[in-house]
Amino acid sequence: MAILELKNISQEFGGLRALDSVNLQVQEQDIFGIIGPNGAGKTTLFNIITGIYVPTEGNLVFKGQQLNKLPAYKIARLGIGRTFQNIRLFNKLSVLDNVRVGSHGVTRSTFIEGMLGLPATRREERQVFADARQLLELVGLDHKEMEYAENLSYGEQRRLEIARAMALKPALLLLDEPAAGMNAGEKEDLMKLIRLIRDENKLTIILVEHDMNLVMNICERIAVFDYGKKIAEGTPNEIKNNERVIESYLGVGV
Amino acid sequence: MDAFLTQYVDAYYLRIMVFIGINIILTLGLNLITGVTGQLSMGHAGFMSLGAYTSAILSVHYAVPFFVALLAGALVAALFGFLLGIPTLRLEGDYLAVVTIGFAEIIRVFFLNFEPGGKAVGFSGIPQSTTFTGVWIVVIIVIYLNYKLLNSRAGRSLYAIRENEIAAEACGVNTTRMKVLAFTMGAFLGGLGGGFFAHYMYFIEPGNFGFMKSIELLNMVVLGGMGSIPGVILGTVILTIAPEMLRIVQDYRMLFYGALLVILMIFRPNGLLGDVRIYDIKKRLFRKEV
Repeated sequence: MAILELKNISQEFGGLRALDSVNLQVQEQDIFGIIGPNGAGKTTLFNIITGIYVPTEGNLVFKGQQLNKLPAYKIARLGIGRTFQNIRLFNKLSVLDNVRVGSHGVTRSTFIEGMLGLPATRREERQVFADARQLLELVGLDHKEMEYAENLSYGEQRRLEIARAMALKPALLLLDEPAAGMNAGEKEDLMKLIRLIRDENKLTIILVEHDMNLVMNICERIAVFDYGKKIAEGTPNEIKNNERVIESYLGVGV
Repeated sequence: MDAFLTQYVDAYYLRIMVFIGINIILTLGLNLITGVTGQLSMGHAGFMSLGAYTSAILSVHYAVPFFVALLAGALVAALFGFLLGIPTLRLEGDYLAVVTIGFAEIIRVFFLNFEPGGKAVGFSGIPQSTTFTGVWIVVIIVIYLNYKLLNSRAGRSLYAIRENEIAAEACGVNTTRMKVLAFTMGAFLGGLGGGFFAHYMYFIEPGNFGFMKSIELLNMVVLGGMGSIPGVILGTVILTIAPEMLRIVQDYRMLFYGALLVILMIFRPNGLLGDVRIYDIKKRLFRKEV
């Protein structure tokens, strides 16, 4: 079953058509890759799915529910978590607090309840703390939980973004260039992590990435974008041998 | 309690302590808006004057009990904080600052022409109901509730808005709602402090709540450390005492006050305790032992 469906999505910025009638279906529990040259509209697509932009045209359906015009925080609460291409952590908060904020969408206690510290609030707080610890362990940052997020290395910051997005207990996780700035070893670990997250939580992952090795290795399906249009979609093997893709993005092999 | 204190403590020092307490209530309110949520407000004295006039008029004209008048003043300020919060949500940084300055000026000019508030002559004959004990009990409650709030789900989301609004939204934070709540709560504390102020001074006039008062409060928050409760308290204590200590240099008092601000900001740009955490202190001590 398709967990996410994009029907005829277009996005215009002034005269620029960043996305042009895009149709896309993502199946449940897939790892779905989106590739394409810079400026192809990949991040724009993520921003539409997460409600940062309202698409000029088209329909967006998540688990049978229309997402159009829902504010970003409501979309997050429906179970769509994301990371950002240009890392957006809460720099002056601890690693642990970054993940705890991540759970905001799936917790309840209000402003007043927080001040009063009622038993139900304290119980929730303990749960949030335990979950956050577990996620930090998963991404290998448990020994740094009290560091400020800004003091982490680049690769660690990317992993922290994943942990924060996971705190939302999402059904769909969007990763925007998760391997950018990582070395070969870190990329290996990242691939294992992405697979592990998917298998353990039975969630769907869409990732935008420029590292072809990573994309071809872990994605079950791939869509290729160029100038705001989807030019191809298929399994990694189909994509590797697609002539249009080779021409516009992958380049002619040696 | 107060009778006991006045026997043993010089009235002058007691007075300074009361002002420190009132200022802590005010600055912890401003800290919620500016320090924690990152919404630059330069009109906190406006909220203060709303609380001061409302509570004073209720006490004098309607003989309302002190704590009821205080609460009413704080609620009126909170209402205005709520109303101001809504249109200003689309604004950030400098633009928001300009709007808050304008707001405080409107309030000041309103009280300059407000008949029941004595217009420009000021409002006098307010009962001196504010006591050292009363203020400090409230200060302790306010500190405690602030501490609980900032370590809760809601408090963390306020910090998150300051750090990165888009990421906060992506975590499911309704940033609009949280910003309005921060404004409302900050204004409530502003009004509460204003009520205590009015009931300590006998006499208030619109000039008490001008732009310079707002800046003075903002200085305390920035100097101590934005978003840090111990920092804000320390900043408030230092800047409340400083003008008194500097009386020895007489005419040059404000010059030294200004110099103090400049020097502190050069050496501690994040405020005195802005980035100091108990965890880091412990870690440093622990390392030395090893």
